[in-house]
Amino acid sequence: MQYLKPASFEEAVAMAGEAHGDVRFLAGGTDLLVRMRMGAVPDVLIDLKHIPGVYDIERTENGGWRIGVAVPGAELTEHAGLRADWPGVVEAVGLIGSTQVQGRATPVGNLANASPAADSVPALIAAGAEVEVLGPGGRRRVAVGDIPAGPGRTRLAQGEVISALYLPPRAAHGGDAYQRFIPRTEMDIAVVGCAVSLSRDGNVITEARVALGAMAPTALMVEEAASALVGTTLGEEALEALSEAASAAGRPIDDKRGTAKFRRHVAGVLARRVALVAYERAGDAK
Amino acid sequence: MALDEGKDVKGGHDAREYDHQGPFRHVGTRPDRPDGVDKVTGRAHFGADAYAPGMLHAAILRSPHAHARILKIDTSRAEALEGVKAVVTRADFAEGLEGEDWNILENIMAGEKALYDGHAVAAVAATSKFIARDALALIEVEYEILPHVTDVDEAMQPGAPVIREGAAEPGLPEGMHPNVVRYHESGHGDVEAGFAEADLVIQRHFATEATHQGYIEPHACLAQMGPDGRGDLWCTTQGHWNVQKLCASLLGVEASAIRVTASEIGGGFGGKTTVFIEPVAMALARKSGRPVKLVMSREEVFRASGPTSSASMDVRIGMKKDGTMTAAEGTFRLQGGAFPYAPMEFTAMCAFACYDLKHVRQRGFDVMTNRPKQAAYRAPGSPMAAFAVESVVDELCQKLGLDPIEVRLKNAAREGTRASYGPTYPRIGLVETLEAARAHPHYSAPLGPNQGRGIACGFWFNYGGETSVTLALSMDGTVQIAVGTPDIGGSRASMALMAAEELGIPYEDIRVTIADTASLGFNEISHGSRVTYASGLAVIKAARDAKRKLIARAADKWGIDPEAVEWRDGAAWPAGDNAGSFEPLTIREICAEMGATGGPIAGHYEATPEGAGVSFATHIVDAELDPETGKVTILRYTVVQDAGKAVHPSYVEGQFQGGAAQGIGWALNEEYIYGEDGRLQNPGFLDYRIPVASDLPMIDTVIVEVPNPGHPYGVRGVGETSICPPLAAVANAVSNAAGVRLRQLPMRPARILEALEAQTDGEG
Amino acid sequence: MSMVHVSARVNGDPVEFLCDSRETLLDVLRDRLALTGAKEGCGTGDCGACSVIFNGRLVASCLVLGAEAEGAEIETIEGMADGEKLHPLQQKIIAHAALQCGICTPGILIAAKALLAKNPDPDEETIRYWLAGNLCRCTGYDKIIRAIQDAAAEMREEA
Repeated sequence: MQYLKPASFEEAVAMAGEAHGDVRFLAGGTDLLVRMRMGAVPDVLIDLKHIPGVYDIERTENGGWRIGVAVPGAELTEHAGLRADWPGVVEAVGLIGSTQVQGRATPVGNLANASPAADSVPALIAAGAEVEVLGPGGRRRVAVGDIPAGPGRTRLAQGEVISALYLPPRAAHGGDAYQRFIPRTEMDIAVVGCAVSLSRDGNVITEARVALGAMAPTALMVEEAASALVGTTLGEEALEALSEAASAAGRPIDDKRGTAKFRRHVAGVLARRVALVAYERAGDAK
Repeated sequence: MALDEGKDVKGGHDAREYDHQGPFRHVGTRPDRPDGVDKVTGRAHFGADAYAPGMLHAAILRSPHAHARILKIDTSRAEALEGVKAVVTRADFAEGLEGEDWNILENIMAGEKALYDGHAVAAVAATSKFIARDALALIEVEYEILPHVTDVDEAMQPGAPVIREGAAEPGLPEGMHPNVVRYHESGHGDVEAGFAEADLVIQRHFATEATHQGYIEPHACLAQMGPDGRGDLWCTTQGHWNVQKLCASLLGVEASAIRVTASEIGGGFGGKTTVFIEPVAMALARKSGRPVKLVMSREEVFRASGPTSSASMDVRIGMKKDGTMTAAEGTFRLQGGAFPYAPMEFTAMCAFACYDLKHVRQRGFDVMTNRPKQAAYRAPGSPMAAFAVESVVDELCQKLGLDPIEVRLKNAAREGTRASYGPTYPRIGLVETLEAARAHPHYSAPLGPNQGRGIACGFWFNYGGETSVTLALSMDGTVQIAVGTPDIGGSRASMALMAAEELGIPYEDIRVTIADTASLGFNEISHGSRVTYASGLAVIKAARDAKRKLIARAADKWGIDPEAVEWRDGAAWPAGDNAGSFEPLTIREICAEMGATGGPIAGHYEATPEGAGVSFATHIVDAELDPETGKVTILRYTVVQDAGKAVHPSYVEGQFQGGAAQGIGWALNEEYIYGEDGRLQNPGFLDYRIPVASDLPMIDTVIVEVPNPGHPYGVRGVGETSICPPLAAVANAVSNAAGVRLRQLPMRPARILEALEAQTDGEG
Repeated sequence: MSMVHVSARVNGDPVEFLCDSRETLLDVLRDRLALTGAKEGCGTGDCGACSVIFNGRLVASCLVLGAEAEGAEIETIEGMADGEKLHPLQQKIIAHAALQCGICTPGILIAAKALLAKNPDPDEETIRYWLAGNLCRCTGYDKIIRAIQDAAAEMREEA
């Protein structure tokens, strides 16, 4: 395996273009090294951590955030500004793995790993996050939800690399939240994950986005669940409709971590709980 | 306690060793363990920490199939790879083995068939880890895939794939499937007559899944073997003499040709009582003429070491309205993988051992499946028995409106009770644990909504076994003890405390070493909760032997009879006025002169102590259920157990807490998950879910001390009994919180939700 | 095989090594630098026995490549005691009998040290969640939690 350290994303793209065989980009490495351990060793590994700016968290001109591709979970969860604006995204990122994994794992890596159960992805989708993608064809912005194609597969083209993560400015009176269900208290992969981001006008929900993890081959936005919330004050009727929409979403599978039936049930339970937290947060927000 | 040893299980015994009731100066205190600094600084050398000049790295090729005939193995391409120094297959091991030695050889390197997912088929030694792994990919194995079975009940059904014809022992009931290889039946009285006396008889079916000991240190060893046919093996093991014996047999050499040194051991819990990789490393070392290091990956540990059995059980108990148990009966089916010796007789024998029963009968079936060969796991066979029996007892108490501790006290086995498995109990401590549990504030603390409390009792035989100890005195009067039982949980401290007690010298003056197989007489494995009991007894006896010799030197010097000399406070004293008037001679003074007064002094003990006192525990646990998701939180946990005499109470508490934690994992989340293809789905700590720190509460402990008549200080082993009650205690707590009984482990959230749903449907 | 040349600092000392690009930092520490205090319990970041502090962050050294250590500051268990003087956490782990087999102990100590650097007075729940990635199969964690709290109290007094 060839280990390369480009000094810019342009160089990284060029290296990937010239390389032969299986090419991988390295950020935190907490998924990639596990795969390597299982025998999936790439021919070329391009370490992005020496590119200037990859460890930065910055305000963007429009009041959102730009997060570098090497910012680990631990760094992100300690960031007061991000915590204030996007508590749901931050709590989702904070749930990825152990304290040790938090020291390395990045939300961009979590996204590019394309696990349907990735914790940060539903929260990023609900938040309306985007990534900047650089490739032989130039630079483009892509919605987070458009990156995963299926378990372990992305829609990134050959030689394309994610160069930054963007969170939009938080809406006035907006709040987001994320929870997952796991059998233990820590260290498990989500059986189901649920993120809700919403805005309020007084007690009425004006906008909502609901995303679920581990209910389909990719994390998915659930429009029906969001519609169940908009225009309501999150009364029992809205919660019930939300819960039903979440349970009905996707096409969950039976596997070692849970049955499809259990996943549908828990998706409904989580959607309620998460919506209540997001609603509270939106109420507390300016 | 390993079944394959073929030793009698001794519960009732008349050993009268108990001769020192205290007060104690050292025993019962909590000094720092002698190896503490090594273990907090990273200095302690565990199995994988051994390196040798010119060392090769080995890797094992494993079957991806649950059951397959091996038609051909072609190793030529691997052998041709640069850096590969040896490749071994079954042909490189001894031929003509029989019995358990053959089973073990077959398990560590497949012969004609691969019998489970992960079964070793070949191994490579190369100049780097990466070359060794690359070489595995070049070994071509041609398999003919055969139908497989991994479930114990399915394996007993007519038409189930046969694992191995002719493996069954004689004496089985007629009409059994060839996968049923052994049968056990025991008990006394007339159970049907007993059930006729009952006001309520409950019969229930239970199932538990296989779990793994989950030691954090994977199996690891470093092997060398020279052209003279002599070898050295450094490895992590609970019993290096057993490793020596097995390696010698499997390699076809004499035991003395191999010296085995036990490294520090990173957990075992029974799983390191046998061999998996050690003979393979030796075979590679022999073939390559180079030192060979072999370390299992975590995935290999799960797929190819020795998890415990899964069980299918039926239990029937009759009770009168006043709580008197009139009869009990149980059938216990255990699968132990593709080989005989699932510990089903222990399951059967432990099942009702807590109760004084006139009528009791238990039957056990040992079943083979396409899974790895089971190994001992902390009180092997007992936890699942307690799960079934204590669940039925709890249900009877509920239905009859009786307090679960009062009912257990009413029926508890005591001194003089004829045990369900045969012998008559000497002094035992079950009643005392129940009384302490009843008196504990935990038992009467209020519970909130969706919370339930469970209690359960558990039993384990404990064990003695062959033991050798040497206690050598240094010129400066300090002491060096060589024991043969690896220190898994602080046993050096216990040994030093007992020696300090006997010799009347400071704890710090004693160094305890785990001797290698060439330096001490035979020692059985650290298993059966035997270390503090048997090695401890041996240390006491060796110290007394040394004391006799010290006294003789003093008597000689004073010109008086040895009988006129007594030993106290680390010195020889004239015993009484008639002995004469002499200044005491300290151990330091005697040792300083020992060269001139008759030569070196050492105490010895070589024997097989048989008075390991049986052990009982009562656990209390509170659980909270999230009724929407089925998730269980353990809120509070209390372990009450009889330790006989706690030598180092902190490490006794640690054993109590550790057993409870493992039991909680077994009850809630741990399981071997096999796919339709017979492959293990969760060979890693990500999906084999052992309890993490945030899953558990503080675990309160109460040490009960009912002396064991078979030990000089009354010590009973404590390592294993602590895992016997938790499965049942947690199940009872969850069942009480849920209002529906859970009879299948693990109680994963989906399973609990299904039970809640079934109950609602039933009511509707 | 492509070997990578790396310069780093381990426990304050400069080190230099050549490693295979596939080797983990844990492999390098153990096999090339003879620092065997960090243990491999799983190789997949699930057990924490290989914990080290890497550029100020607690990490699993099995999830870092040796090649990534170029220019890094690494702290391992071997650097925790100050000469003959044990760190308060090391003392308290011994005093509370908060280890049985000891294989997880180096990782627990490194993780606890990282926690106390961030939070000198953690409550039980904080310690439990911080240590969720450090598996201990022997103790049930009870005595470990107590030892860490006791060490934290002592360190606060000394500070």
